[in-house]
Amino acid sequence: MSKIKEGLLYTNSHEWVKVEDDFAFIGITDYAQDSLGEIVFVELPEVDMTVEQDEELGAIESVKAASDILSPLTGTVLEVNDDLEDSPELLNEDPYENWILKLELEDKNELDELLKPGEYEDICE
Amino acid sequence: MYYDKLIFEISTDNHVGYSLPQSNIKPHTLDNTFLRDDELYLPEVSEVEAVRHYTNVSFKNFGIEKGFYPLGSCTMKYNPKINQDISNNPAFHLHPNQSLNTAQGNLEIYYETQRILSELSGLDAFSLNPYAGAHGELVGLMIIKKYHADNKDTKRTKIIVPDSAHGTNPASASVAGFDAIEVKSNEDGTVKLKDLKAQLGDDTAGIMLTNPNTLGIFEKDIIEIAKLVHEAGGLLYYDGANLNPLLGKVRPGDMGFDIMHINLHKTFSTPHGGGGPGSGPVGVKAYLKDYLPNPQIVKEDDTYTLKTNDKAIGQISHFYGNFGVYIKAYTYLLTIGKEHFKHIGQNSVLNANYIKESLKDNYKLPIKAICKHEFVFDGLKDKSSGVTTLDIAKRLLDYDVHPPTIYFPLVFKESLMIEPPETESKAAIDNFISVMKQVAKEAKENPDLVKNAPHTTIVKRLDEASAARNPRVKYRDLL
Repeated sequence: MSKIKEGLLYTNSHEWVKVEDDFAFIGITDYAQDSLGEIVFVELPEVDMTVEQDEELGAIESVKAASDILSPLTGTVLEVNDDLEDSPELLNEDPYENWILKLELEDKNELDELLKPGEYEDICE
Repeated sequence: MYYDKLIFEISTDNHVGYSLPQSNIKPHTLDNTFLRDDELYLPEVSEVEAVRHYTNVSFKNFGIEKGFYPLGSCTMKYNPKINQDISNNPAFHLHPNQSLNTAQGNLEIYYETQRILSELSGLDAFSLNPYAGAHGELVGLMIIKKYHADNKDTKRTKIIVPDSAHGTNPASASVAGFDAIEVKSNEDGTVKLKDLKAQLGDDTAGIMLTNPNTLGIFEKDIIEIAKLVHEAGGLLYYDGANLNPLLGKVRPGDMGFDIMHINLHKTFSTPHGGGGPGSGPVGVKAYLKDYLPNPQIVKEDDTYTLKTNDKAIGQISHFYGNFGVYIKAYTYLLTIGKEHFKHIGQNSVLNANYIKESLKDNYKLPIKAICKHEFVFDGLKDKSSGVTTLDIAKRLLDYDVHPPTIYFPLVFKESLMIEPPETESKAAIDNFISVMKQVAKEAKENPDLVKNAPHTTIVKRLDEASAARNPRVKYRDLL
């Protein structure tokens, strides 16, 4: 059974979102890292890049598959987690502690479309 | 015996394979700026040392000539030796720039291979020039693009690709400058007609399909799909990856496809998977003939000659593509003969269904319908021991079986995609079935044995993550 953390919002494509004021940290869920298997490469977005909701932000490669990271929200990339370039395995070790990027939000109304922990749990079953 | 040497490790000073007579030409010394800083390090071995080394290394390899190779979607059929014998004949080894009147035999092989592929596929004209399957896809899409552009229909920017398609399809569409639009599949991987209808419009350039699809299921609605796409003004592209089961029975041209590529290295028995270069001929309906890449090989009276066409998408290969592969495929086409092609399709389909039905009590079978040349299990039926598809694949190595394709297609979590080509005997298939049953039994009774497999191979379970994260690719790093 994969872990789902309270206090975060989730997407159908297994990203998590942690909102702080006008910013959000984005990462992948425990279910995502478990399904992917051992992660060997994380392709991070460029800082200052703007993305639409559901647009491709980057990609994750594991020994099994390559998978896109879809942006849960519209906004501008403020910061990326450079540690993942040399240590992609951090996403396997603790997917909730190791965020992938920090996004400046454009439209906070979009948050209403994201899933609550209970709703996300239903998807993972 | 475990052989783990590199050619550099068996090098001994002054060992040579042969000696040449003393040269009477004065050595010419190059200017220092052209010389390496340090001496070039080359292995020094005698002829027998070199031969033993590479023979020993070859024993470590697994290929179709060593054992069963049911790699889904790859059509790993045995490649008859006659193909190789004929292509090795020096009479065919010409310089691509020599005059055409001295190359009539080679041009005839090219032309005749095109003609037979046309007959088998129901498409009117072919170009053999593309180097491989994905290259063929790109050429096909460039033809679609040029066709719409010539009709001044430039708003057609979208290529529809089912979500169960091979990954190369959306990639090729993107490289050709189209937007790849995903259409949803039914549970058995066939196209959802309702979803397709919603996507079609005056911006549709075309659709890419494999039939049978990735799950080995025949697209029964293909005539309806062709009608819908054509009515919307789009073209139909057939990905030839799964052509094998249809040979001599059903033709993509008759299903309504306008363009297709064929993988000679799969369906027409030329080596692949490290054994040789590929070849991805592209075929089109007559109205698209002039768009095929230059040069086109044509027959005028009794002479074969080259034609360049202004309407063509351009030249996409050096000279005429991988000619050596055409000789092998042409040999295969003639060896099988027109009246026997249908047996290839029949036997590959029979083999796949026989394995599927024999193992469905041991492995989870999500799609129960009659399949074509391949099918997919979703791991073990009883997963309680925690044995995964990866473990099963590794354990098969202990029984001298090449593992099937694993974790593809993505629609199931534990995919095991099995394709037993027509060249396998019933005894070989029965042996595979009993090995698969044995592995399922071991997974239940002694799961650790399977989880730690392989046990009998030269290297044991590899740390694939470290190999990908910190690859060591220089031999010195390995010493």
